Amino acid sequence: MIKARVTVTLKNGVLDPQGKAIEGALGSLGFDGVGHVRQGKVFDIELESADKAKAETDLKAMCEKLLANTVIENYSISLD
Amino acid sequence: MKSAVVQLPGLNRDRDMIAALTKISGQAPITVWQTETEIPDVDLIVIPGGFSYGDYLRCGAIAARMPVMQAIKAKAEQGVKVLGVCNGFQILVEAGMLPGALMRNASLKFVCKEVKLEVANAETDFTRAYAQGQILRCPIAHHDGNYFADAETLSAIEGNGQVVFRYAENTNPNGSANDIAGIINEKGNVLGMMPHPENLIEAAHGGSDGRGLFASALNVIAA
Repeated sequence: MIKARVTVTLKNGVLDPQGKAIEGALGSLGFDGVGHVRQGKVFDIELESADKAKAETDLKAMCEKLLANTVIENYSISLD
Repeated sequence: MKSAVVQLPGLNRDRDMIAALTKISGQAPITVWQTETEIPDVDLIVIPGGFSYGDYLRCGAIAARMPVMQAIKAKAEQGVKVLGVCNGFQILVEAGMLPGALMRNASLKFVCKEVKLEVANAETDFTRAYAQGQILRCPIAHHDGNYFADAETLSAIEGNGQVVFRYAENTNPNGSANDIAGIINEKGNVLGMMPHPENLIEAAHGGSDGRGLFASALNVIAA
């Protein structure tokens, strides 16, 4: 079995109001020196196959078709 | 003119939409469930508002991948009119039937109030009953209505007259690019909008500014 982690983040230039709010809250908690904060999503996905090449192809298709909205988001895939 | 209303788990404005279509066209719309793969012959298909699939992943993302959407795409390609309101608009952009994306409101708040809408293109099949530049009152109720598209897409939709409604008189409630409240596809038969015209169609609603949209789409005389 392959365990994969997909990370989806907003593209540069796309305003992230939630990230901004978190940035403000970190500042109000007294954490100095916090720069920009961007919020994203993490998906941990188990795949039955042991074929890493196939897993990467499948995961890429999953990202393009559902996990990320490529109009506003980038994705990255890592395998164990 | 015959119409159909799509039903998916989590949509909750379907009954308002059915009531509006029935009152304005004199005929109850057909209802279509998400698993259906064929849609009967109708002139207008409406995807109403709500919170399909609990807004999981992204608003409209799961609904946009349901079988019924393939059937709607096929109908739209044949020229059938499709209207998506609120979550329906989010579903249409997630399905790739309209350009851009709808993001979390800039205020991060759910906004439920009345706004002013400018009819930015009165020459579409959905807006003929209005005058160009007419200002309408219209209710909104959403958390993710902040329209985003890259600069190239924005300039293309502006240039093609695809922006059909804009928030007017400084009422932009969500940070939407260019005050965009509703857009149409290039072909002119798929309209998505965040405001709820179905909730302003008769005196009991406090006004009927939304009626013209359905009257236009259904080819009936606006009352």
